[in-house]
Amino acid sequence: MAAENDFLLAIEGLTVSFDGFRAVDDLTLYIDPNEIRVIIGPNGAGKTTVLDLICGKTKATEGSIKFKGQELTAMREHEIVTAGVGRKFQTPSIYEDLTVFENLEISYPRGRTVFGAIMFRRDQVVIDRVNEIAEMIFLDGLLDLRAAFLSHGQKQWLEIGMLLIQDPELLMLDEPVAGMSVSERQKTADLLKKIIKGRSVIVIEHDMKFAEDIAHRVTVLHQGKVLSEGDMERVKNDPKVVEVYLGH
Amino acid sequence: MKAGFSLFNRSELLFLVILIGLIFIVLPFGLDIFRLNLVGKYLTYAFVALGLVLCWGSGGILSLGQGLFFGLGGYCMAMFLKLEASTPEATKIQSTPGIPDFMDWNQITELPWFWEPFHSLPFTLLAIIAVPTFFAFIIGLAMFTRRVGGVYFAIITQAFAAILTILIIGQQGYTGGVNGITDLRTLLGWDIRTDDAKYVLYFVNGGLLIACLLLAQFIRQCKLGRLLVAMRDQEDRVRFSGYNVANLKIFVFCLAAAISAIGGAMFTLQVGFMSPSFVGIVPSIEMVIYCAVGGRLSLFGAIYGTLLVNYAKTVFSEVLPEVWLFAMGALFIGVVMAFPNGIAGLYQTYLEPKVRRLLEVGGKEPDPVDTSSIAARPAE
Repeated sequence: MAAENDFLLAIEGLTVSFDGFRAVDDLTLYIDPNEIRVIIGPNGAGKTTVLDLICGKTKATEGSIKFKGQELTAMREHEIVTAGVGRKFQTPSIYEDLTVFENLEISYPRGRTVFGAIMFRRDQVVIDRVNEIAEMIFLDGLLDLRAAFLSHGQKQWLEIGMLLIQDPELLMLDEPVAGMSVSERQKTADLLKKIIKGRSVIVIEHDMKFAEDIAHRVTVLHQGKVLSEGDMERVKNDPKVVEVYLGH
Repeated sequence: MKAGFSLFNRSELLFLVILIGLIFIVLPFGLDIFRLNLVGKYLTYAFVALGLVLCWGSGGILSLGQGLFFGLGGYCMAMFLKLEASTPEATKIQSTPGIPDFMDWNQITELPWFWEPFHSLPFTLLAIIAVPTFFAFIIGLAMFTRRVGGVYFAIITQAFAAILTILIIGQQGYTGGVNGITDLRTLLGWDIRTDDAKYVLYFVNGGLLIACLLLAQFIRQCKLGRLLVAMRDQEDRVRFSGYNVANLKIFVFCLAAAISAIGGAMFTLQVGFMSPSFVGIVPSIEMVIYCAVGGRLSLFGAIYGTLLVNYAKTVFSEVLPEVWLFAMGALFIGVVMAFPNGIAGLYQTYLEPKVRRLLEVGGKEPDPVDTSSIAARPAE
């Protein structure tokens, strides 16, 4: 496998079964550096499970996930994050009792051990970086607000910001525009286009319009397997895809 | 956003001054030595409550077995004092002089190996902190790396508290059994039973409590404290932000254990004995109630909660002893149902806005609201 190192992420023969049910079945997927890949598929196709497997939340039954040549299936969650993989959850996972600033500060990649956290000081570098990210995610001016008071869309942005501040090489977003208004959706698409520079992004999305807007390539999952893969045009015209997903 | 690090904001500083004034001036001058010694005893439980504010309030880890650590700290202290009280001259009527009396009654003829190092005060002081912390570390390592949390963790800590009680009672010859370690007299020749000694111990205890309060406040104000709150809200988000959540939990659990143990040691010194009745499930749950009544999100609240519940307990037990347990149960239900953030929560809702206005009249800039101390979540 000489070509292995060319991919940022190489998933091969990945299988996970829950009590005999194969949620992901012999999946093979390659992500290039700087690629935006959108994964679509009907409910229960295993989309979120694939992200869970990559970030270590679920352990694979078989197969391998290589990120820049490192085997992720053998690593623990926080080690995978340190290696450069960031993941946004489907429902906004933010710290509601902390302010927007503190949410971003905790995600800043420094002082991640117990004693590092005790010694951590809020210096100008941290403040500047937090301000920079806050501006990007449209939350500058709300830094002192408790995150619980943000709107749903703002919470989604905040979580994206918390990932950005970690500067991951691979960013995984699980339905980033679900539940957003039309204007928020447009802003999010702009945001995503802005932040993909210098990193790869995997996005799970139901919204075809949104997917078409941002995707370099699209993977369609069905029953834990890749049904079709390629650019949006090809995928949309694939009869198998039309049958299981787009047809109705 | 300010860059500086301040341990207390203005209203917290006021609380600190009031608390110090109460412990070091009002109570010592207002109470006779018998009552003051009782307050000193209550304040030793406040150490446990402080630990619970960190562990449960901030970190969301409910431990129903803090009596385990309180007891281990207290027993370490008691072992030293008992050995000092068991000189060959003082115990010459025993069949084996020079060992603690209860060992002699249980036909033990030689001091057990684990008692030997407790001849040394430096070792004892170290052990008071190290032994409970070590146990907390083992429990934490076993539970948190396996992601045992919530109710399951609480039940397991209860089991540990029960196990230690059973062990102490069962191994009477080595531990003093159900009576505990009694008849403690002197600390390096200084009689701890006199009124003067009780005054001194009260003040030492108060000083240590304030020191632990400052330590806990420091932890809450640094990034670790915010991480604990974050972990309570969204554990997975912390984990997938690159933190080893198990390590954070183990640390705060160990810290809570160490603080509780200091309280236990001071309990032994002030009360003059240590017994399994301060180790097991019931005292452990009572300690959680002190913290809950005071407000599990507030360090000051936890101390006042401890004082208040114990004061009520003493009053009730003197007047209507049979009613006390029911009153205690009602209190806990009341806290959970009506005011989940305890006295501190009530204060923040009703009194703080007024106090803040008063403070702002004198000062120029208002302090930002301390986000870590507000949360409208019900008790677990």
